[in-house]
Amino acid sequence: MPKVVIDELRCKGCGLCTTACPHGLIRMSDKLNRQGFLPAVISDEDQEKCVSCAMCARICPDVAITIFKKVNIA
Amino acid sequence: MQKRLLVKGNEAVAMGAIEAGCRFYFGYPITPQSDIPEYISREFPKVGGTFIQAESEIASINMLLGASACGKRAMTSSSSPGISLKQEGISYMAGSELPGLIVNIARSGPGLGGIDASQSDYFQAVKGGGHGGYHTIVLAPHSVQEMYDLTMLAFDLSDRYRVPAMLLGDSVLGQMKEALIPHPYVAPADLPAKDWAVSGKAGRAQRVVKSLYLGDGELEAHNWKLHRKYQEMRERETRCETAGLDDARLLVTAFGVTARIAKTAIRMAREEGLKVGLLRPITLFPFPDKAFADATARAKRVLCFELNTGQMVEDVRLSVSRDADVFFYGRPPGAGSLPTPEELLAQIRKHYKD
Amino acid sequence: MSSALQQVFAHPVSLKDVQTHFCPGCQHGTIHRLVAEAMDQFGVQDRTIGVASVGCSVFLYGYFDIDVVEAPHGRAPAVATGVKRACPDKFVFTYQGDGDLAAIGTSEIIHAANRGEGMTVFFVNNTTYGMTGGQMAPTTLPSQKTSTSPYGRNVANDGYPIRMAELLAQLEGVAYSARVAVNTPKNVVQAGRVVKQAFETQIQGRGFSFVEVLSACPTNWGMDPLTANARVAEEMIPYFPLATFKDTSAA
Repeated sequence: MPKVVIDELRCKGCGLCTTACPHGLIRMSDKLNRQGFLPAVISDEDQEKCVSCAMCARICPDVAITIFKKVNIA
Repeated sequence: MQKRLLVKGNEAVAMGAIEAGCRFYFGYPITPQSDIPEYISREFPKVGGTFIQAESEIASINMLLGASACGKRAMTSSSSPGISLKQEGISYMAGSELPGLIVNIARSGPGLGGIDASQSDYFQAVKGGGHGGYHTIVLAPHSVQEMYDLTMLAFDLSDRYRVPAMLLGDSVLGQMKEALIPHPYVAPADLPAKDWAVSGKAGRAQRVVKSLYLGDGELEAHNWKLHRKYQEMRERETRCETAGLDDARLLVTAFGVTARIAKTAIRMAREEGLKVGLLRPITLFPFPDKAFADATARAKRVLCFELNTGQMVEDVRLSVSRDADVFFYGRPPGAGSLPTPEELLAQIRKHYKD
Repeated sequence: MSSALQQVFAHPVSLKDVQTHFCPGCQHGTIHRLVAEAMDQFGVQDRTIGVASVGCSVFLYGYFDIDVVEAPHGRAPAVATGVKRACPDKFVFTYQGDGDLAAIGTSEIIHAANRGEGMTVFFVNNTTYGMTGGQMAPTTLPSQKTSTSPYGRNVANDGYPIRMAELLAQLEGVAYSARVAVNTPKNVVQAGRVVKQAFETQIQGRGFSFVEVLSACPTNWGMDPLTANARVAEEMIPYFPLATFKDTSAA
């Protein structure tokens, strides 16, 4: 399960999330989305490195990012 | 015995509004209507009303818009230059289908003009006043009693059609004292519920009060809807006072303060044996066009008398029977004097034909 | 012991799950989210009445799932006065841009604030008229080029950018006035706190509350979103300092 879920159709490709991520995990896709924007993406490998800080989601003007955090269940 | 009070026209407006359940007043001082906010600011605390002396006419009409959007009976009052400032808000209220009462105790213009009685705001009142092509309901009282009665009617009509209403008086009607018989307000039983008013969306879907329509065809549909309401009012809500129509050879028409002068002149003419009738529009919008058409099926000469250089006369010409002759007599305001009945009688003699 | 994923950042309930008309990198969306989050947190969505202004902010009702009244340009504080007086138990806010609030609506904002109307005003300062195509605003910075100040704002001719949060803080009726930015995650978090302070001010009935938010307008600034966002820190914050200028709860 991914920790960062980017709604590709909602993303307008502003790129603010790429500057917000403290680990530089988000990059811009080279494929246009249906609206003609280059959306933000995160690779499966980088999902593993994500610490769920939600910085990317907080700065996203389009509320296109949802964040999950791994929690231990007893 | 009925209670009779000697009150100013402006006070009668305020009394009628309070009696009709209006509990929100927003206004700005201007002569000759300041008795209205003065009266309401004194009486509202006793009935739990909200009175705000706003920073401007523009702010007051927009406060009215806000209170009306919440479904409350609300009003503002002003005089001509102030009514000009309110036109933006009136257009938005018309577009947003919001009821509300705007009282214009008109004075003379253009510009700062003067404080004499004037009917030079007729066009502004009945043709829309602001931008966008809309109408307000316009009621024209001609006595202190009517200042009271028509204020109540204005709230009812405004609520029924969701169209802002204007009471168009003038400085004479506002300032003069006359006997008033107050009577309790009875709300029409069939007034529609305000199921469009905002109150927070608890238990229902979101409500939006707006005049912006950007979707394909939305604005056209909205304007047709407004137009149908104006047509319905034209069918159902015209009001006028008539006298002597049965045998009249000449019809005198006047609204508001000039109708008072006309009534005296007509009586003088009748005393001379001239068959002169009266048609006094009470609703200026919707204009009583059918009444004019009916009356001029018999009386083929109409004398329109106004305190301006000719405004209502245009609507009279559009309404009368095709073979009727329409004459105009009027004076622009500003001389500090009103036309006399004798002055109008001379005009009646001039245009009368047996 | 096993592990699971728990959602830690979600779309607020008070904000409709729809695409906005805002340009890429425009921070109206961020500010909308912060206001909606506060509505969720205080549980006032069902008793909130928003007053929309004219400009890019006009589509408030399309994005917030609340009752909305649309006001003429600049008049939102007067409309909201009517709303709040008619419905004193509701949460009432306006959301206005800089042309709307600090130019055509200066009279309405100052007097609503001075009366201490129990409303909350969210003021989006992006130094330009966005909706009409990037004309000079009352908040346009000295020398800033816009479509009506093509040689840059000349203060000798056009006067100076207005600092509304400081100006309103001077008025007795104002209980809370602050300026925030949403250009960094840290500032966004701080902005969220301030928005909630403003909500609390109204909910506690302490008077008028005002939050100015510095916001980027990449399209009309002629910048890409990242450059525009950088401009907020480099040019706007030095002129429009981030601070709480008045908070009567602290007194």
